[in-house]
Amino acid sequence: MIATVLAQAPVTPIDAPAIDYAAIAPLLVMLAAACISVLLEAFLPRHQRWPVQVALSVVAIAVAGVTLGIYAGNAPAAGVTTLSDAVAVDVPTLFLWGTLLLLGLASIFLIADRSVEPGGAFVASAEERAAVGTTVTGGGGAGSDVEHVDRSYGAPGDVPTMQTEVFPFTLFALSGMMAFVAANDLLTMFIALEVLSLPLYLMCGLARRRRLLSQEAAVKYFLLGAFASAFFLYGLALLYGYAGSVKLTDIANAAAGSVRSDTLLFGGLALLVVGLMFKGSVGPFHTWTPDVYQGAPTPVTAFMGACTKVAAFGAILRVLNVAFGSTHWEWRGVMWAVAIASMFIGAILGLTQTDVKRMVAYSSIAHAGFLLLGAMAITKEGISGTLFYLLAYGFTTLAVFGVISLVRDGDGEATHLSRWAGLAKRSPVLAGVMTFLLLALAGIPLTSGFTAKFAVFSAALQDGMAPLVVIALVASAITAFFYLRVVVLMYFSETPTDGPTVTVPGAFTTVAITLGVVLTLLLGIVPSLALDWASAGVFAG
Amino acid sequence: MNGIAPDSGGNVLLLVLLFLPVLGALAMYPLRRNIPLAKAVAMGTALLEFVLVVVTYLSYSTEAAASGTRFQLEFSAPWIPAFGTHFAFGIDGIALVLIALTAFLVPGLMLFAWAEKLPEGRTMSGYFALLLATEATLIGVFTATDVFLFYVFFEAMLVPMYFLIGRFGGPNRQYASVKFFLYSLLGGLIMLASLIGLYVTSADQLGQGTFTWAELQSIAANTPTSTQIWLFLGFFVAFAIKAPLVPFHTWLPDASAEAPIVAAVLLVGVLDKVGTYGFLRYCLPLFPEASKTLAPLVLILAVIGILYGALLAVGQKDMSRFVAYTSIAHFGFIALGTFAFSSQAFAGATLYMVNHGLSTGMLFVMVGLLIARGGSRLISDYGGVSKLAPVLAGCLLLAGMSSLALPGTNSFVSEFLVLVGSYPREPVYTILATVGIVFAALYILWFYQQTMQGPVRGNAVIRALERAGAGGPGAMIDPGIAAKRVSGFPDLTRREIGVLAPLIVVIVVLGFFPGPLLDVINPSVAATMQEVGLPDPVSLGGIAR
Repeated sequence: MIATVLAQAPVTPIDAPAIDYAAIAPLLVMLAAACISVLLEAFLPRHQRWPVQVALSVVAIAVAGVTLGIYAGNAPAAGVTTLSDAVAVDVPTLFLWGTLLLLGLASIFLIADRSVEPGGAFVASAEERAAVGTTVTGGGGAGSDVEHVDRSYGAPGDVPTMQTEVFPFTLFALSGMMAFVAANDLLTMFIALEVLSLPLYLMCGLARRRRLLSQEAAVKYFLLGAFASAFFLYGLALLYGYAGSVKLTDIANAAAGSVRSDTLLFGGLALLVVGLMFKGSVGPFHTWTPDVYQGAPTPVTAFMGACTKVAAFGAILRVLNVAFGSTHWEWRGVMWAVAIASMFIGAILGLTQTDVKRMVAYSSIAHAGFLLLGAMAITKEGISGTLFYLLAYGFTTLAVFGVISLVRDGDGEATHLSRWAGLAKRSPVLAGVMTFLLLALAGIPLTSGFTAKFAVFSAALQDGMAPLVVIALVASAITAFFYLRVVVLMYFSETPTDGPTVTVPGAFTTVAITLGVVLTLLLGIVPSLALDWASAGVFAG
Repeated sequence: MNGIAPDSGGNVLLLVLLFLPVLGALAMYPLRRNIPLAKAVAMGTALLEFVLVVVTYLSYSTEAAASGTRFQLEFSAPWIPAFGTHFAFGIDGIALVLIALTAFLVPGLMLFAWAEKLPEGRTMSGYFALLLATEATLIGVFTATDVFLFYVFFEAMLVPMYFLIGRFGGPNRQYASVKFFLYSLLGGLIMLASLIGLYVTSADQLGQGTFTWAELQSIAANTPTSTQIWLFLGFFVAFAIKAPLVPFHTWLPDASAEAPIVAAVLLVGVLDKVGTYGFLRYCLPLFPEASKTLAPLVLILAVIGILYGALLAVGQKDMSRFVAYTSIAHFGFIALGTFAFSSQAFAGATLYMVNHGLSTGMLFVMVGLLIARGGSRLISDYGGVSKLAPVLAGCLLLAGMSSLALPGTNSFVSEFLVLVGSYPREPVYTILATVGIVFAALYILWFYQQTMQGPVRGNAVIRALERAGAGGPGAMIDPGIAAKRVSGFPDLTRREIGVLAPLIVVIVVLGFFPGPLLDVINPSVAATMQEVGLPDPVSLGGIAR
């Protein structure tokens, strides 16, 4: 011990760590774009912001995607770690980055759309609306007032502009997510967690309609999120105390060959994972999910539902596999309980919901339970199955929220389930798309939902979790019931005379929904496209 | 036979069979504004499909099957390499006769539905598209030789049927369609657990997981019985719900009562056969030891089904539910034959599937014709119809006789084979099942007597007559009123006779010459016997010819 300290002593200057720029280029591009986006927001005249911000976001994601593609083309299968092992770029990282970028692109499209809600779905502060005398609390703002607010900023005769702060927020959140899934030590992971969380808290409070609900969601999300971060940090501290390092691999090594107290290790693991599962809306740490999903503007909900889930489970996968893979027999029992709780909370409470957005929120809790099955299986199949599930689930959910944002009445989105009655008659295409997506969420074959479930469940079964798989399948059957309820409402119920109208989506929303539907179908029929990549390698380090 | 090459290629005939109805169904969407054309295209597709199935039937070689070729007209292409699944198709004799049944029924059903009055806001093009989609998934289920692919079709099959019931069904259709879907989905998901388990078992044994039926069958002998039992139960529950066996049957009466008649025919006639087909194709060969161990359980359920279904059929007030319960009794016979482990019983069970599809299909069609005339589903609303519509009554009688397995009709052959084949191994259960035959005669004759014979009576009939201005009993003597009675409760039209005639011909011909079907079925049945690993019990050999 002393010998090693002495051996290191002469190296006085701290070497700058070697940086593999090619590997982390996508992350750098996104971070740079986020910073530029803030500057643009500050210096551009208001009426120019929307086109420039949209263009910047799309270009940034495209550039990041291209660099990712170039790097992934001849990346080492074992992956590399860089920035003195703080960031690992391996096949799961690359796959998750690709997933996040694609989902981010589709979310940007949903967020950028101004045709569904005139002027976009976002407004920065309540004062803005109070200034022109509309009510700030309820959801009853009339369209004309809204336009008036926006026109007062832009050039006369312009199309109404929208609050464009949401774009830098989105870019920062997306960069944070990318760093989160690549983080190879717990400190980096914590910082990434904050980078992704803080913009999300703000984005939840931006809704133009139903302001009170939106702000309540933001506050709730922020407070509970702060608690979760604290849990994470506490866990981090305990693990540091145990292993003397925050690196995942060091923790694994310490756990493998030491006689140190397991209390610190498992206490740390528990707190750490609670923080992560909060982000992934795994029951019983899910309580924020329904309120936030309901209150946030629907495009933001889509972004959260898809991307946050990907990021959180990416991190859970890495932590469990890299740091705690060798001890999985010790913690798996508890995780069983968590997975069962999550699946049944999601499935059973989902049955009682009357609001579409809340229903999808509970469905996301159930899906988190399914995802946990794959994450718990510390095998190659478990990793690739979970990765594939995240991709499939992300796009289906995103498209579902895209569709929800189109069903509107005079009061904004008509999210109450009873308002969806007979929708198939008025808008067969929309109802058909929604049905397809719901069948995918239910896991009917020929959709990505089925292939994903199959991948995850087979990995779990292979790793000796047969009873859990059976429980998960029963839970799937229960969730199918509330998905079906929407289908029944849309197709088999009589149309009310004052039903909501279905907005003809603008090009942006159409592209986002189409992307989601096409991928849901494609991954259901030829899942090899993504599955081969997902199973090409495991975590580095 | 074993070690099927995973390379792609093979005979594309089965692919054409699968995708033709899919294309037809898709074509309904652009044609939805031009209903007559849409109907013609749908009918054309169904007829072309039938012709292709006839071609398939003719190109199926019984000699090759007898000399050990398990599947014919095989096609295989890798699908998801990560899971070891293949896009693999092939048929044996058992699958072939069921495909033939499907393709035979669909055009007739379309003709039956040709002028049907649909609920408001529903279009004929959507109706026919769903029928074709159901046909495609059925073909897929029967032809898949990859267990994963089979599962995909097994679940996909639910979707068009769900919409057929939910969109075109009777007043209580929402409840019925959701019940149907959830029951089947639950069964399917339990099967999925077994399916994954089977995959994992194969990975343990072969080093590389597979879903190819032939490979899974080849490792069946090495799988420990305890594992087999768990896997068997997953498949069994799914198939028992689909078939349906008592106590998993409660969805069927609701679904078939609320479904439009054509959907009810497809549901009870063909879709439910997927369950019994699954027993024969998947449960027995893939889990032979478990099948033998658990056979008594299945046999008990089968016999309960035969007796319970028959008893409930007697008590039904609703005609569609009545037919559904008679079917539950018949499914008991099929299950009995399947789990009696003799070639005769197997052949009988397979033939029973086809025959039940024909006779129950016809019975449902007859019920549909009655409902179309009287506007009521209650048995007590009809009476003395044979005086008004003698041809209709005659057809109903034939359908009933076929259903109760009267000698000379198709069902007799299969029921006889099942009983004769089951007796040597399972005498007790067979004797109990025989009681069911008596019940069958009872409920069919009672139904016929209630609705067809005696004086003209019943609310539905009287109302129909009154609408035509020919109300009141005793008007038989007046020739003027007699003419009106004909218009009030008309006999079969030419289109309806067109629907029924092929059914009648097949029912009678198969009653006297079941040979062609049995020739196709027997080699595959022999192969199944081999896979189960039991010798035929000593018995009256040669009956299966």
